[in-house]
Amino acid sequence: MRALRFLMQKEFRQMFRDKGFTGRLFIAPAIQLILLPMAANYTIKNINIAIVDHDHSTVSQQLSNKILSSGYFKLADYTDFNSKAGALIENDKADLVLEFPSGFEKNMIRENNQKIAIQVNAINGVKASIGFGYLSGIIADYNNNLRLQWIQPGRTNTMPTIDVVSSYWYNPSLTYYIYMVPAILVSLITGIAGLSAAFNIVKEKEMGTIEQINVTPIKKYEFILGKLIPFLAVGTVVFSFGLLFSWVIYGIKPLGNIAVLYLFMYVFLFAILGFGLLISTYSQTQQQANSIMFLFMMVFNMMSGLYTPIDSMPGWAQVITHLFPISYFIDVMRMVVIKGSGIHDIRMHILFVFLIGLVLNTWAVLNYRKTT
Amino acid sequence: MSKEIVIRTNKLTKRFDDFVAVDEITFDVHKGEIFGFLGANGAGKTTAMRMLCGLSIPTSGEAMVAGYDVFKQPDEIKQNIGYMSQKFSLYEDLSVKENIEFYGGIYGLSNKQIKEKSGELIERLGLHNEADKLVSSLPLGWKQKLSFSVAIVHQPKIVFLDEPTGGVDPAMRRQFWDLIYDAADKGITIFVTTHYLDEAEYCNRVSIMVDGKIEALDSPEGLRKTFSASNMDEVFYKLARKAKRSAD
Repeated sequence: MRALRFLMQKEFRQMFRDKGFTGRLFIAPAIQLILLPMAANYTIKNINIAIVDHDHSTVSQQLSNKILSSGYFKLADYTDFNSKAGALIENDKADLVLEFPSGFEKNMIRENNQKIAIQVNAINGVKASIGFGYLSGIIADYNNNLRLQWIQPGRTNTMPTIDVVSSYWYNPSLTYYIYMVPAILVSLITGIAGLSAAFNIVKEKEMGTIEQINVTPIKKYEFILGKLIPFLAVGTVVFSFGLLFSWVIYGIKPLGNIAVLYLFMYVFLFAILGFGLLISTYSQTQQQANSIMFLFMMVFNMMSGLYTPIDSMPGWAQVITHLFPISYFIDVMRMVVIKGSGIHDIRMHILFVFLIGLVLNTWAVLNYRKTT
Repeated sequence: MSKEIVIRTNKLTKRFDDFVAVDEITFDVHKGEIFGFLGANGAGKTTAMRMLCGLSIPTSGEAMVAGYDVFKQPDEIKQNIGYMSQKFSLYEDLSVKENIEFYGGIYGLSNKQIKEKSGELIERLGLHNEADKLVSSLPLGWKQKLSFSVAIVHQPKIVFLDEPTGGVDPAMRRQFWDLIYDAADKGITIFVTTHYLDEAEYCNRVSIMVDGKIEALDSPEGLRKTFSASNMDEVFYKLARKAKRSAD
């Protein structure tokens, strides 16, 4: 075990000598934690709306004002002509077109029934459907108000309405960053601690130093532990920094026990370091390792539930996400940080990630050879 | 010179698919001897050496290194040999002292031994001013000398040197060979491959490999006589001309 001490000492010396190291450890995570939650904002604002008003009535004016003052919409144009609004959609200047037919107000009062047309530019599907949702909500709300005003005193309401009162648990104001920041921290740990272990070993191959190590009596497991332990330390530092940072900047304080978070982080690092190690045993150059990593990081980020909910993926895709340690960690982060879940609630997560880690590490150790 | 045998091979062979890189080589190396292992590029020198160091598993044959079997006791062999590869392989981002400490440490030297050894080594190489500098800042010749010294820091029985003086100027090569003689005087067996035929003259015995086989093995004088040549260059050309494999 004495050899292990020298291996780790060497590893730490090299780390701190690397000029970009402190940058990668603190500055990169800080920038990502500030920028990514902003970019990954689910609240859609600045939806461009064109209003075609053939009616020019009080009702059409009132409704238009209500829509524009909601804060979600930006007026692209207010016009009489359908063709002009159509051109705006074609040029991508408008996401939605709301059309008031002529006689809108009159028909509404006289026949108590009137249709309104909404056209949606579905090029950007998310923006379109969310924008449509907002718009329908506002119109329904306005509709209800009108109805209340017009009910004749003394007459009972002939149309019963169901009013939905919603409340959001755990994140009452649906603040997106409370949801995103813990998950982005997972992505960071994966990149900084897990995958740099792979590059580290491949670099030794490239430099030829691994051959010098292979002629020494160092045992396989000593060499691997000598690589993994320093990266566990790096992971601890980045994770602690990230938690502190999200508390200071976003005021996010884990509701659950912080020790549970750390426990899970170590189980996760065990798995992801095993993955990095496995890739390093299959790559001869950093270039190779890089392209393999790039592919996996893309898939991890897209499929781990970081940006889109796993529950809305097709069944086969959900099965795949259950093979990624990262999707478990994102889930655990959200559960413990936002909901205050305890160790009992995440015991299956711990078990699965541990098993994944066991498979990856065994595979990597078997595939790492000192001889050819 | 004692006749104790430290390396013995018997029909040692390495195949890569249907390519026979090393073809049934049989030879002995004696303790304290400087054994030159010559051959053209692609003759199979490095592969043979890697098998003896436990980096590559032989396909067939037998080999004993420092009294241990290459098939069964690779770990024991590794404790008793040093190795310096063609490619410079110390850590460029560690200082001279840190490299010595690291390799001393993983070979199991005590802290006291490491301290003594690195003092001794820095003294011998005249690296006082460079001891705390990163290895990447040293000129190639110095790196090679340091590499060699680190390869024998644990006082192995045998040290394997794979073209140790490639790309180094003649004066530096001379100094490098002084280090080799020093080590041999201390009883370390030197197993060295080289492309410089003047260096072959410095060896006690020389073997010449052609197409994976050992075609000649004798002292430099012996070889000159057998091939009625005036120097090692001629011996080498006479043998290498027979090669059918193209250099890689």
